[in-house]
Amino acid sequence: MSAPMAPAADDAVIGREGLAALVDVLRARGFTVIGPTVRGGAIVLDELESAESLPYGWGVELEAGQYRLRERADGAAFANAAGPQSWKTFLHPARVRQWRAERSDGQLTFETDDTPPPRFAFLGVRPCDLRAIAIQDRVLATGRHADPVYQGRRSGAFLVSVECTEPGATCFCVSMGTGPAAGPGYDLVLTELADEGGHRFWIRSGSPEGAEVLAELPGRIADDAIREAAREGVSAAADRMGRAMPSVDLHRLMAGTLEAPRWDDVASRCLTCGNCTMVCPTCFCTTTEDVTDLTGDHAERWRLWDSCFDLDHSYLHGGPVRPSSRSRYRQWLTHKLGTWYDQFGSSGCVGCGRCIVWCPVAIDITEEAAALHDWANRPADNGAAPE
Amino acid sequence: MSRVMPPLPYRVTATHPETADAVSLELLPAAAALPRFRPGQFAMVYAFGVGEVPISVSAIRHQDGALVHTVRAVGAVSGALCRLRPGDVVGLRGPYGTGWDLDSAAGADVLVIAGGIGLAPLRPVVHQVLDRPRRYGRLGVLVGARTAEDLLYRDELRHWRTSAQVEVTVDRPTPGWQGTVGVVTGLLDRSELRAENTCALLCGPEVMIRHTAQALIARGLPAHRIQVSLERNMRCGTGHCGHCQLGPLLLCLDGPVVDYAGSQPLLAVREL
Repeated sequence: MSAPMAPAADDAVIGREGLAALVDVLRARGFTVIGPTVRGGAIVLDELESAESLPYGWGVELEAGQYRLRERADGAAFANAAGPQSWKTFLHPARVRQWRAERSDGQLTFETDDTPPPRFAFLGVRPCDLRAIAIQDRVLATGRHADPVYQGRRSGAFLVSVECTEPGATCFCVSMGTGPAAGPGYDLVLTELADEGGHRFWIRSGSPEGAEVLAELPGRIADDAIREAAREGVSAAADRMGRAMPSVDLHRLMAGTLEAPRWDDVASRCLTCGNCTMVCPTCFCTTTEDVTDLTGDHAERWRLWDSCFDLDHSYLHGGPVRPSSRSRYRQWLTHKLGTWYDQFGSSGCVGCGRCIVWCPVAIDITEEAAALHDWANRPADNGAAPE
Repeated sequence: MSRVMPPLPYRVTATHPETADAVSLELLPAAAALPRFRPGQFAMVYAFGVGEVPISVSAIRHQDGALVHTVRAVGAVSGALCRLRPGDVVGLRGPYGTGWDLDSAAGADVLVIAGGIGLAPLRPVVHQVLDRPRRYGRLGVLVGARTAEDLLYRDELRHWRTSAQVEVTVDRPTPGWQGTVGVVTGLLDRSELRAENTCALLCGPEVMIRHTAQALIARGLPAHRIQVSLERNMRCGTGHCGHCQLGPLLLCLDGPVVDYAGSQPLLAVREL
């Protein structure tokens, strides 16, 4: 594998040096390349100066409330399910200054920051996260008032998806219809193979820019054998999902169980810490912070990630609308699985399992949904109709 | 690519103390003006360095583009707004939200029912109906307040009586009060409600809205002929901050004015 491939190739096979070239080509094209790397005992997302920073040989062990790295003998780079961060960290930043205001001589002037946002290339976007980006597109970049911060970062982004061949015990993308094969929206997509045939990646383009980049990579023409092996790897992953969301109409289930006793049960466990909302790749809530300097003549408006688990989230004069943890957990779950359909036409859950992994008390969204379903379908007591 | 839209500077041209803790601010654009507001829509009003709050417009003066916002001091931002003096400048973003659907009220009696500061978002409705009397049937204005001192727009209420049925009630009578005492639903018995052709518009505390809407339904008014203006925390006004959710509704986009038929089941769930 050495010479760049003919530009006409729709798909190809690259090796580790092809992946290294991919990072170099993207950087040469002016992208800030973001991808997975090992730091602080986790696989995090950070800027990659070269493909050498990828988590080669690292896998993860996931369970409710647990995340552990473990070494892999096969040297695979992407055989690890979702880490604590998602791409919203870059597209919908946790802290962003919206404007500055200045008061002088009885005037008030507002200024915005017009520096163009970085152009990101995301390397290693899981199919679940690819869907999550599409969902945030719908929430933040469409409708009457598109969010310019998100739009600016998103419109220039180049997405390299990686199909899932190694789901975690907390993964349930199959039941959410989001993986393990990549849906639309990528510029390039990789399927990693690390077996007796060697360490290689089947790569396809999904956009004209993706095809241009692909043509610059050293590799070889794909054949049916590699396509077959890659598809088998992905389809085997579908059979190894650790969890499943109940296959029922969740939108209806959520609307019909607002007074279920299960909310009290989950509230007795939930710490309302908001971890689930921070790690969720689709949660988008923000709050604002207004600051002034010591002269009192310069003020700034900042936008920060917020969580519906915070008491202030629903604060109205007089107090919060949702004072109980029962109502706050219910808001999160019914929004994610139910009212998201009303607001944005789809589920807000992509089955990545992050909320299960990073919950300090191991609350499992699939288990809570199943319990609500059981309650909704409980046998009627003494012939009385269910409420 | 669209840019972040900061607020536009608006100058306070007059302040009218309405009650002990509510002030009407008359605002004129310091430079560029926001698009036209419709009754029931709101602006995000920025008090320099303190923050922004959503406030429904309480009067729209089309001649000179003046907007009036009636603010009750209940927190840091609203408190700062209530302390403004003529000449001060605020930031405004908007118009946001649905507004009252007055087209559906054409040809019908219009019944405005307000509790407390809830009269503010309804005042532009009264103005519009009084301006175009032939477009609507009879106008009724029922107002409830904690005490007589908490009544908004007292001079205007007197003026409205010349062309509308205006009824006022207070929760607690203070010395000198000779009018009605009790909740606003009690006033319904005084209004000659033609249930088959009335459009009711409600704003006030949520408990008042629910009881009043139920009382109207009990008198034969269909739920879809009742519009209510609801309130939730709002940070952006543009459907992105997630704070103003009421079940499926994002009240900054789908509200604040919503149809009672659709919102009734949501208002029935505690802490939704």
